[in-house]
Order: sequence, then structure tokens, then C-alpha cells
Amino acid sequence: MATPDSPGNSRPSLLGSALIWPLLSLAALLLFNLVWQPSFYRLVVQDGHLYGTFVDILNQGSKAMLLSLGMTLVIATGGVDLSVGSVMAIAGALAAVLVVSAGLPFAAALVLCLIAGALLGAWNGVLVTFLRVQPIIATLILMVVGRGIAMLITGGQIVTFETPAFVYFGNGHFLGLPFTVTLVVIVFALTALLTRRTAIGLFIEAAGDNETASRFCGAPVRLVKVLVYSFSGACAALAGLIATSNIKAADSSRVGELMELDAIFAVVVGGTALTGGRFTLLGSIIGALLIQTLTTTMYNLGMPPAIAPVPKAIVIVLACLLQSPAFRKQMTGLFSRRATA
Amino acid sequence: MDRKFIPLLATAGVLIALFAAASLMYDGFASLRVVANLFSDNAVLGIAAVGMTAVILSGGIDLSVGSVVAFTTVLIATLVGKNHIHPLLAAVLATLIGALFGWAQGGLIQRYELPAFLVTLGGMFFARGLSFVVNMQSVGIAHPFYTAVQSASIPLGGKASLSAVAIILLLVFAIAFFVAHFTEFGRNIYALGGNPESARLMGLPVSRTRPAVYAVSGACAALAGVVATLYTGSGNPATGTGLELDAIAAVVIGGTLLTGGVGFIAGTLLGVLIFGTIQSALIFDGRLNSWWLRIAVGTLLLVFILLQRSLTRGKARHS
Repeated sequence: MATPDSPGNSRPSLLGSALIWPLLSLAALLLFNLVWQPSFYRLVVQDGHLYGTFVDILNQGSKAMLLSLGMTLVIATGGVDLSVGSVMAIAGALAAVLVVSAGLPFAAALVLCLIAGALLGAWNGVLVTFLRVQPIIATLILMVVGRGIAMLITGGQIVTFETPAFVYFGNGHFLGLPFTVTLVVIVFALTALLTRRTAIGLFIEAAGDNETASRFCGAPVRLVKVLVYSFSGACAALAGLIATSNIKAADSSRVGELMELDAIFAVVVGGTALTGGRFTLLGSIIGALLIQTLTTTMYNLGMPPAIAPVPKAIVIVLACLLQSPAFRKQMTGLFSRRATA
Repeated sequence: MDRKFIPLLATAGVLIALFAAASLMYDGFASLRVVANLFSDNAVLGIAAVGMTAVILSGGIDLSVGSVVAFTTVLIATLVGKNHIHPLLAAVLATLIGALFGWAQGGLIQRYELPAFLVTLGGMFFARGLSFVVNMQSVGIAHPFYTAVQSASIPLGGKASLSAVAIILLLVFAIAFFVAHFTEFGRNIYALGGNPESARLMGLPVSRTRPAVYAVSGACAALAGVVATLYTGSGNPATGTGLELDAIAAVVIGGTLLTGGVGFIAGTLLGVLIFGTIQSALIFDGRLNSWWLRIAVGTLLLVFILLQRSLTRGKARHS
């Protein structure tokens, strides 16, 4: 495992404390559903495909899961990427135009969109590393401009398409499950392999932990940061293609709206430290599932989608508080018995 | 001349150049009426940007302002329309709630050392959701007091006149200018943004100043919401999306350093006017769509950040 040991924290307890909270919250939510709406657990097989609320959560949550993978690595380097929603819109617009107007096969459009996403991410990375702009602001620029670029690509129109391969991308089934699930599994496996079985993960954590020290140690900090932002851009492009495929249209003003917040939410709730330096990919996936389960539960209870942000906000601030050393100290002061246990 | 005025001069130069270019390109752009409208059309953004300037000067960021604006507009519409409370009282109440909301965010940031962007991101979600709890749809406001304020204006000669919202905007800027440059609180904000540790060691009340700064931003956002109800005559829970980004852009274009400690309230006014000039020019043109505004503002933002970079790098070499 290519992970640095942080002083005073042994690896197992670190992982335990990072993953236990999102898992507990998810369990609590599922328990609540078991009691209040048992229909939540109904699974039906129809035409060889699995249907049910769980499948919906996996399918709907796929975009947030993909985004959270890229976001995890960016946050691990001590940054943040606010542009993912706009990159989603750009990728969706680009793919629709390439497939419809240029008549390209979907596979070619997919590759081009991934490259475009990676390039947009690299732009963020260059701003952050070489021009030393704060990550929030650097990615804010693309967030503001990106939606305009997406509009420019589609000429302000909503481009619709019927290309079978593109429609399958976000709506098709594979092995009885939505194809998007397979996509998430592939990207997750690749990311986990690259970060945990090669030195890249070590470099990412080193860059987030102490940039100067890492550079003096000879770690390619700048290159790693640019790569990480590129990866986040590529993940966003993938998520954008799913979102666009879902509605069979490139709607530049709506695709990926507020998705950056869901992605950050998933990462923070998942237990990755916002200060950078360490990360857990699995935690982010659980975080993304948690937020989607929360959303689906609220919709099932008849809460209007517009009000859904309120509980989300409370959970995100609570998750932050649980990570805050000052808050933990205060809590352990209140419950000193628990501290000694 | 002091180096710190260079960004301010650059901003003023850009504003003049933009306005001159637009005047050359479009007939009737160079008129007092267009200038007066710049102030009333951008009053909401301008007032929110004043609060944002305070937060950025203190080294933080507030992403919740757009949602607070929306919450205030629906709150006022409901209080006036359903509960028959006098608009003035409703406005005061809403501003207090905004200040309290900001103070709570600042308290969390200060007390538990949480990242400002994250707490205010939560605040953004929270206030946006709450506005839909208050009212799901846009509601009109009909009250004699509103009609009176909306029609009040100071004639400037010709067809131009300064509307009530423009006057409120200018008043807010005047007060902010005074507070920033002539009061203890203003100095504390600059000191906090310059170096929080030094500020604390100097005995400045850091733990009180930071929540207060966010309270100011919350109050400004709420006041911007009040102005939005005056400007549109309605309360809309979906209004103000993306306003925080425009406000940040206006502050940065106005020459305030994102790292905190350096900047000007007057610069923010210039930044808001630049934003307004681009918007007016796009409307005058008619062929260009509104997304060009986003691209233009983003590009300006980038240019000014790079300008700041080169200036601060130059300063570091000097010392």
C-alpha cells in the first residue's frame, strides 16, 4: 500500500474512523426506510433487468459517484474543483453536436469528450500550480465561463438525438443492471489501482500534506496536481455524457447544475480530509450513495425536490463538524467518559 | 505613487475603455440615462458585493449570498402579502435574519476552524431550500408603500433619473466606505485578512471580528434581497442563482486581493459598474446572447487575477 503513515495515527484506526460515519448514516437511513416505507426494498426482475429503488439509487447516483472519484483526488492535493458541473455541460453539448451535426460515431465522440474534459481540467491545474491561483477561484472561472462555452457549442439550442449507442450509455442495461453501474465500477477499479498500487497515490497525498517538503523530496508535485485536475475533468465529462444521455438531449443550462456541490458533499461526508493529505475513494463512493439515498428517500416521502437542499446542508455541516479537531475536543470534553473508552 | 492603487486604476481604466467602446459601437449608449440605469439595474449585485468585499478582505469567502437574497425576497413577499406587516418592518426583520444567518456561519468558521467555502456552501443549500419552504412560487408584492418607493426618484435632467434602489446602493457604498477606512471594525477586517495570527497577537478581537464580518455579508445579502423586491415587485425563491459568483467577480475585478487584507470598497463599485456596462452593451447589441456575459466576466476575472499575481510577485521581490 502506497500510503504514508501520519504520526500518531495507525492505518486501521484511521480507515475505521473515516468510513464508520458515512456507513452508520447510510445504515440509519436504510433502517428508517425499512420502518417507514417497506416498498423501498422491493426489487423486480422484468425483461431480464433488475428494477427497484436500490437500482434507481445506483443509477441516479452514478453521476455523483463518478464526479466524487475525481473530486476526491483533487481534494486530497488540498484543492477543490468547482467547475465539474460546467464541464459536464460542455461534454454533453460537445457529444451531442459531434454525434448529430458532425455525424461521428458515438465511440469517437466519447473519446473526444474525455480528451476535452481532461484538457479543461488541465487548464484548472495549470492555473492552480503554475500561476498559483487559489483552487476555489481558479475553478470558479471555468464554472462561470464553462456554461457559456456549452451554450456556444450548441448555439443556445437544446440538441436532441436518437443515436442508439449514446442513448444506451445512460439508459441501457448490462448484466441486468443499468450500464452506468458498470461504468462506475470500471472507473473506480482503475482509480483505486492507479492510486493504491502505484506511487501516484503517495505523490497525491504528499502534495496535499506538505507541498514544499514534497517538492524538495523530488516528488513531481506540479505534474501530479495538473494530472489530478485533468482526471477530475475527465470524470466530469463522463458524468456529463450520462446526464445528457439520460434525457436524450444536451441542455447546456441545466445539465450538471449544482452537481459540484453533490460531489464535494460526497467526498467530505465520505471522510476525506478537506485539508488534503489523505483520501478514501471507497468513502467517497459511500458518500455519493448516502446523498442519493437521502434524496430518493425525501422524494419518496413526498418532499418537493426544491426543499431537498435543507437536509443536505445540515448533513454537510455536521460532517464538517465531525472532522473538526476543535469540535471533537469540545465533544470529548462534554463526554469525557467516551473519550477514555 | 503607492503600488496598492495600481489594481484600482486598472479597474477604472477598463471601465472607461469599455464604456467608450460601447458608446462608439452603439447609438445612444453614451447618455446619462444609461449611466443612471447602470446603478439601478445592478443595485442587487452591488449591495451583495459590498458584503462580499468585507468577507474577502477578511480572508474568507461567502457562497451563500445568492440564496440569502432569494430567501429574503420570498420572506418579505409573504410577510407583507399574507401577514400584512408593514414593508419597512418586514425589511428590518429580514435584514436582521440575514445578519443572524451570516453570524452563525461565521461563528462555525471561527469556532470550529471549518473552511469558509464549505460552511457557506452549506448555507447556500440551506437558505435556498428554506426559500422554497416559505413559498414554492414567485409572488407579487402589492402595497401602497412599495408603489411609493418604486416611483420615487431624483431627476438628473433629460430623461435620466436616479431611482430609489440606485440611491440605496450609493448609500450602502458610502457607509461601507466609511466603515472600511475610518472605523476600528474596518481596520480589524484588514488586519484579520492580512494575517490572522498577527492580528490575534496584536490583541485584536479576531474571534469576534470574523463572525461579525459574515454577519455584515448576511445583512448586505438580505438588504440586496429587499432591493430585489423593490426592483422586481415580487418575491421569487429561485432568484439570485449564481449571484455569489458575480459578486466575487465584481470584488476581484475591483482590485481586492483574494488572499485578503488588500482591497477597496470603491473598487468593488467599479467592478459592479464594469459588469453592468458589459450587460448593457449586450442588451444594446441584441445579437449577442446573455451567455456572452458569462464568458466576458470570466475572462475579465482571469485577467485581473493574473494582474494581481504579477503585482504581488513584484512586491515580494521588492521586500
